[in-house]
Amino acid sequence: MAARILTWLDERLGLTGIYKTVLDRKVPKVNWAFTLGSATLFLAIMQAATGIFLTAYYVPHPDQAYDSINYIMNDVAFGWLIRGIHHWGATLMVITVVLHMLRTFFYGAYKYPREVTWLTGVLLLLVTLGMGFTGYLLPWNQRAYWATTVGTSITETIPLIGPFINQALRGGTDLSTLTLVRFFSAHIWMLPTVLFGVIGVHIYLVIRLGISHVPSEDE
Amino acid sequence: MAHAGPEHGLSRRSFVTGVVGILGGFIAAVVGLPAIGYLLSPSLKSGSSSKEEWVPLGPTEELVTGEPRLFAFTRTKQVGWERTANSYGVYVVRKPDDSYDVFSNVCTHLSCRVSWKEEENEYVCPCHDGRFAKDGAIVSGPQPRPLDRFEYKVEEGTLFIYLTEA
Repeated sequence: MAARILTWLDERLGLTGIYKTVLDRKVPKVNWAFTLGSATLFLAIMQAATGIFLTAYYVPHPDQAYDSINYIMNDVAFGWLIRGIHHWGATLMVITVVLHMLRTFFYGAYKYPREVTWLTGVLLLLVTLGMGFTGYLLPWNQRAYWATTVGTSITETIPLIGPFINQALRGGTDLSTLTLVRFFSAHIWMLPTVLFGVIGVHIYLVIRLGISHVPSEDE
Repeated sequence: MAHAGPEHGLSRRSFVTGVVGILGGFIAAVVGLPAIGYLLSPSLKSGSSSKEEWVPLGPTEELVTGEPRLFAFTRTKQVGWERTANSYGVYVVRKPDDSYDVFSNVCTHLSCRVSWKEEENEYVCPCHDGRFAKDGAIVSGPQPRPLDRFEYKVEEGTLFIYLTEA
């Protein structure tokens, strides 16, 4: 019965075609370093899932942000687990993204015809760092506040446009409610939209072009 | 690759597929099951903040027989990480035998607040035009039962009501 339903669906949706294209790809003999992209994708999905759950309690307001996170950690069932996964997943994702980039670089996998894959990858690295930067402020504790003060102040050192960028990030001259809310907006809507959109392009290109082999000595 | 053939009962490919499935299911369960508890957690908490107490409304000597009078008070309670103030309204009517009718002003239909209309001699709920008589009985409207009453006592000329909240 289940097989008949699957056949019925497959005939209409082309599931087998999708499965074969996406997962049954021909790949050269490679090593574990080639799993870093998948690991990063897995972490991105975990971050999205746990992040969505965190918004059920988190309030992006200076009076309540810290208290609401305390509530998640101490009073909500498994709140420590959901936030813990989000917290450590963020750090881990930055690590896997960078390792993934290093592998691509040292194996020369960014060369023809994969230049665009590399460019979208650079964008994904920047967005991932942006996610880390904006998420870091959200607990609104001393560390978050001062880290963001320092981080946004660094942009001020850029010649000519520095002060403008600093104020644009902060939503004013100082860190305030506006900073917290715009960082929250960037963290849960703007950056994730870009992130998952570009991940789509990145993966399309990986599937379309196939993955490169490990370079041999005479190359 | 003869050793991986299906004649051994389990091919390398189906072994890997199975392991991936089991691991994936395990990870989904580790995140998914706690997530259900996480979302439901505050809803299922049997109110540690729930309390019952005698609340003083005011001196009985100011009450005129047969004239409903509204007493209002607020009680704060901890909800989540915030202290929230709830306001309560209580109508008290002194009866000729010096007993009292003590009504909650919460409409028994859908919890809007009723108010006493002297000129109509009725409690009127503004939401769906529910009307109650001075003794709390239903006059007209969609409400399923008369106005709710509070248990009360008079001590040294002060009227107290017994407030229970979930």
